[in-house]
Amino acid sequence: MANASGQHTAFGPGPGAHGEEEHKHGAGLYIAGYILSLVLTAISFWLALTRAMPLGPLMLVLIILAGLQIVVQLFFFMHVTEGDGPPWHSMALLLGLIFTFAIALMSMWIMSFHYQVQ
Amino acid sequence: MWEGFRHFADTYLMWNEGPLIWMSDVLILLTSIGIVAVLTYFKKWKWLWDEWLTTVDHKKIGIMYLICALLMFFRGGVDALLMRTQLALPNNHFLDAEHYDQIFTTHGTIMILFMAMPFIFALFNIAVPLQIGARDVAFPYLNAISFWLFFFGALLFNISFVFGGSPDAGWTSYPPLSELAFDKGPGENFYLLGLQISGIGSIATGINFMATILKMRAPGMTLMRMPLFTWSVLAACVVIIFAFPALTVALALLLLDRIVGTHFFTILHGGNPMMFINLFWIWGHPEVYIVILPAFGVFSEVVATFARKRIFGYGSMVVALMAISVISFFVWVHHFFTMGAGADVNTFFAVATMAVGIPTGVKVFNWLFTMYRGRIRMSLPMLWTVAFVPCFAIGGATGVMLAVAPADYQYHNSYFLIAHFHQVLIGGTVFGMLAGMYYWWPKMFGFLLDERLGRWAFWFFNIGFYVCFMPQYALGFMGMQRRMYTYPADLGWGTLNFISTIGAYLMGIGFLFMVAQIIYSIRYGQRDLTGDPWDGRTLEWSLPSPVPHYNFAVIPTVEDRDYWWVLKQQGRTQELRPRPEEIQPIHMPKNSGRPFLMGVAFFVAGIGFVFNWYVLAVLGLLGVVACMVARAFEYDDEYHIPVEEVQHTEAALGRL
Ligand code: HEM
Ligand SMILES: [Cu+2]
Repeated sequence: MANASGQHTAFGPGPGAHGEEEHKHGAGLYIAGYILSLVLTAISFWLALTRAMPLGPLMLVLIILAGLQIVVQLFFFMHVTEGDGPPWHSMALLLGLIFTFAIALMSMWIMSFHYQVQ
Repeated sequence: MWEGFRHFADTYLMWNEGPLIWMSDVLILLTSIGIVAVLTYFKKWKWLWDEWLTTVDHKKIGIMYLICALLMFFRGGVDALLMRTQLALPNNHFLDAEHYDQIFTTHGTIMILFMAMPFIFALFNIAVPLQIGARDVAFPYLNAISFWLFFFGALLFNISFVFGGSPDAGWTSYPPLSELAFDKGPGENFYLLGLQISGIGSIATGINFMATILKMRAPGMTLMRMPLFTWSVLAACVVIIFAFPALTVALALLLLDRIVGTHFFTILHGGNPMMFINLFWIWGHPEVYIVILPAFGVFSEVVATFARKRIFGYGSMVVALMAISVISFFVWVHHFFTMGAGADVNTFFAVATMAVGIPTGVKVFNWLFTMYRGRIRMSLPMLWTVAFVPCFAIGGATGVMLAVAPADYQYHNSYFLIAHFHQVLIGGTVFGMLAGMYYWWPKMFGFLLDERLGRWAFWFFNIGFYVCFMPQYALGFMGMQRRMYTYPADLGWGTLNFISTIGAYLMGIGFLFMVAQIIYSIRYGQRDLTGDPWDGRTLEWSLPSPVPHYNFAVIPTVEDRDYWWVLKQQGRTQELRPRPEEIQPIHMPKNSGRPFLMGVAFFVAGIGFVFNWYVLAVLGLLGVVACMVARAFEYDDEYHIPVEEVQHTEAALGRL
């Protein structure tokens, strides 16, 4: 979708339209992001395969690594901090975070069956 | 040789199952031969490829979605009639238990995923860009990919019927029943892959239309000036984007269980089948709102147009749409109260579920107040809208009954539940989609659908609906469970079931009237020469019907809500006509065959995974990658329509 970002200028000058000149990033940023995400993946695989830690802390570390992975994606590849017009993407991200946490936490609550009469 | 063929025919084509399958094979073969012959005879292959299979035009994609939705409506409807025929009498053996299982599974899956979903996408595509004054969606190429992924996902699912065997674990496909140990055939794999492939397309559509609505509005079209249909699409897109990933995960994990032997949903190695149920409904409940929200949008447009009044309470309508889309993520446990997660869990989700009734009620009252003292015209779109109100009110009320967790232990999985969701899905989504189809049909095709045949269709379908589903509430109370293929005579369920079957056939007749109506109107329907047959309010009615492929020769500047109506009131409609000096070359995306080919590649990969033929699966996936790589290196994918051509087209339409 490299050229898709320029498409809204092409078909309708919406309020958020902007020129083609933007989004010109050097390859360096992408390479750095790529290496970072590879490193993060490698660490988690290594930790999981070698069972370097007890299960509880291991899961915690893996979750943190996954979170960092998301941050890398957002900043190095999706450039969340850039863009003009209303900050729709930040709002969408926020909403997504709310849903994700709400659903994950509520699922844990539901699946714990702590009221179950045995 | 012959033995080999026999073996193939019995395992893959299921020829040992008897005449029903043979008949279907023959019919499918004849239809295919017929289509190929007609296309060849009239030399239409090139036309088909150039105008349809490779198109990235949202209007044509919308029409293709519509055709698929109607065809799937037909197949789902035939499934329904087969089931109702089986249930008409006690101890009936028209179908056996296995066939009945397969039929209710395909019926449910097709109706929700391959009828309701493409139907809403059809209306998204047809109406949204025109309503907001855009020349296409934000990502036209992606839009074509979405369509073809839907198409080939649906094809994969449907083909199971004659190749390999249909799925039979219900549209909800709960493990452990849907695990390999209990469900050996390839049917369940067809279900998982068909949904997965079309699901990718649905997520892409959600993203596409959200970007379109947020980024591509014409100058002056602020959010609070958008037509309510567009608002409802935005709300539905929010739900699609955040709900569908849960389905993707649930299906993928179940597929892994089935084909590589993981244990996500088996008790055996620490897995938990209830987790599938949880994940499924994290998607499943929002999904029912995905298909109802656009219907709400249609009703808002239709009510305002046919009562010739501004919609009552526009602001509250917007708030209600957004509230519904958020609350719909916090109610999913009401589908499995009986799992026994605990009184606190059930209480929370029961209250949250009932809360959805509030914004929904606000909307219903707003529609009623819009009609109040309006000069109402009972054309077909309005007829379906008026019929929707009482139907949905009953469906919502029984929904709230089901939401009372302790009472749900009685109603759950009974015919009471079946009656509830058919009432909201048919009375809400289907009525809404039909109203939308009648409403925008002239915009799509340039002619109106015949009123008289449409009224016959309406009355048969509506009366049939109540005759079919009201008895089912009672049957539920009498203890009849869903998904049972037959019942003994001495339970006293016979009469009500028989009545219900009559209603189902009445609806079938209603559908046939609709088919007749469409065929009749293609030839004799009133042509729409003005572009504004209903005296509409929003921008799409300022354009000729059918709309030229670039939509707006000059992008309008919007100054008010219901801008076209305002201009008509003030006698300023001329302002939306293009002036020759304003016309500039129009920048358009080029057609591409790749979305279609990518769909084919996904289909091949799907077949590979269904039958564990991994060579085929890898080949298919390589095809997908090849399409993506080719796209990445495509630089010349846009063109300009020269000014003369635009002027010529507009002049021919009498607009210059
Ligand atoms: C006020 C609004 C609504 C309420 C309170 C409500 C409540 C419920 C509840 C509690 C159930 C689960 C019952 C059980 O399994 O025992 C249910 C099932 C269902 N509802 Fe609704 N509902 C509402 C609106 C809708 C709408 C708008 C749709 C679709 C357009 C819908 C479609 C369904 C479907 C498909 C099922 C059954 C799924 C299955 O088990 O196969 N509902 N509803
Ligand atoms: Cu629900």
